[in-house]
Amino acid sequence: MPVMDKLKNLSGTAAIVGVAESDKIGRTPDKGPLELHAEAGRNALADAGIDKSEVDGVFTAGYSTYDVAEYMGITPHFTDSTSVGGSSFVIHIAHAIAAIQAGYCEVALITHGQTGRSDRARAGGNPGLPSAQYEAPYGIIGPPVAYSLAANRYMHQYGEDRTREAMANIAVSTRKWANMNEKAFFYDTPMTFDEYHDSRWISWPFHLPDCCLVTDAGAAIVITSAERAKSTKKGGVSILGAAEGHDHAVLHQMPDLTRTWGRHSGPQALEMAGLTHDDLDLAMIYDSFTYTVLATLESLGFCGPGESPDFVADQRTAPGGDFPLNTNGGGLSYTHPGMYGIFTVVEAVRQLRGETGKRQLDDCNLAMAHGTGGLLSSTGTVILGRD
Amino acid sequence: MADGYNKPIPIPQPESDNYWEGAKTGELRLRKCDDCNQAYFYPRNICPDCGNNNTSWIVASGNAKIHTFAIVHRPPHPGFMDDIPYVPAIVELEEGPRMATQIVNVEADPSKISIDMAVKVVFESITDEISLPKFEPA
Repeated sequence: MPVMDKLKNLSGTAAIVGVAESDKIGRTPDKGPLELHAEAGRNALADAGIDKSEVDGVFTAGYSTYDVAEYMGITPHFTDSTSVGGSSFVIHIAHAIAAIQAGYCEVALITHGQTGRSDRARAGGNPGLPSAQYEAPYGIIGPPVAYSLAANRYMHQYGEDRTREAMANIAVSTRKWANMNEKAFFYDTPMTFDEYHDSRWISWPFHLPDCCLVTDAGAAIVITSAERAKSTKKGGVSILGAAEGHDHAVLHQMPDLTRTWGRHSGPQALEMAGLTHDDLDLAMIYDSFTYTVLATLESLGFCGPGESPDFVADQRTAPGGDFPLNTNGGGLSYTHPGMYGIFTVVEAVRQLRGETGKRQLDDCNLAMAHGTGGLLSSTGTVILGRD
Repeated sequence: MADGYNKPIPIPQPESDNYWEGAKTGELRLRKCDDCNQAYFYPRNICPDCGNNNTSWIVASGNAKIHTFAIVHRPPHPGFMDDIPYVPAIVELEEGPRMATQIVNVEADPSKISIDMAVKVVFESITDEISLPKFEPA
């Protein structure tokens, strides 16, 4: 089990000093995925004011680090290709802290890039994996079908109507945030509750706006020691807590379709930071689907099992509400290239730095960024604080 | 093979040959740990609970109840284009384990299907080697 005394000693020892997206996100049919990795990596290093030659730790998922590092002309002394879906890039943050403190590297670069929108080819799947034999033949293929199965279980346990209303609340509030972010896919497209309820079914109980976008995008993060962060261009956003884990791979092996590993990674990250939920000014929670947010809020401990419909009621998570959630517009309305987790961190850092323009929160000092990967399988949670 | 069957077809693996052979003969075979005295899914030689190899095969009754289901309107794979709306599900077998499947011989309407509904296994032959265990209302 994680040794909390040791983890608490790591709290605040490393900082995020650079974040960026690729030059363009949304539709980039003229760019390949590795190019998006490299663009975002270059932009994040520029944001930090650190030269590429100083990067000695490379972290990525989807591709191997050697693909990304070779493309970018980096020869790292520390390499981590941990790939557990969309949470991977949040999980890399914990790994970067450990590597920096152990002395394996000084400047860690985490990159992401995917062309989910332009490249619609579907992988055949590895026949040796359980999903190919026990889920795919039944049409349980891809996240919308799997997550809708989990969502229906939640509805059964906690009430269909109130769950539906909560899913609508998340879809609409997240869209309002996107309408304040020029980079968001749906920046110019508002959505009403009626439009939500009238939209077509993808996989019941999911309407189309219950499902995240499919876009092209890249993003990157630069991390270094708290000491070295002081001499970077913008200074550091302190990493106060970081935790990770998973409890299944294929959906039917999930122990409880209404509870994610966030039930462990959330409390662990907060305890490492010495903070409680009430201390946080912003929650960036991976919204692959509206339902993902409901299950995650409960798993993380913001509210109890079955309570998230009340927790998010009355547009509490929208601009002006008292629980700001996914202020970039989320995977639902900003961007979602496939493995979105890294973008929760990019937005949290920007809010903590006060760089988010008209959607900027007043007094944002402490934020949680939380990624979910696979079929509600893996999670990574980080707690970030403004120095 | 049913003509034009273009959905994903399971490729039996060393640990699942017996499962798929059973399905072809109309048996839903499960692995059981003889140390834990517990059945489990999916088939693997090593017990996921205790980690021992003292495991055997049993034949399940085929009785189950629906743990959850969905109704797919936008096919995630071209092979399911003619099937929509279809009903993927997770069922809980009488012996304890859960498995993924489809509910068939029922109208794909959320008012006609319910969680905890009793279902029983039926086998759909899709190739000479493979029959898929699916479930219908009991």
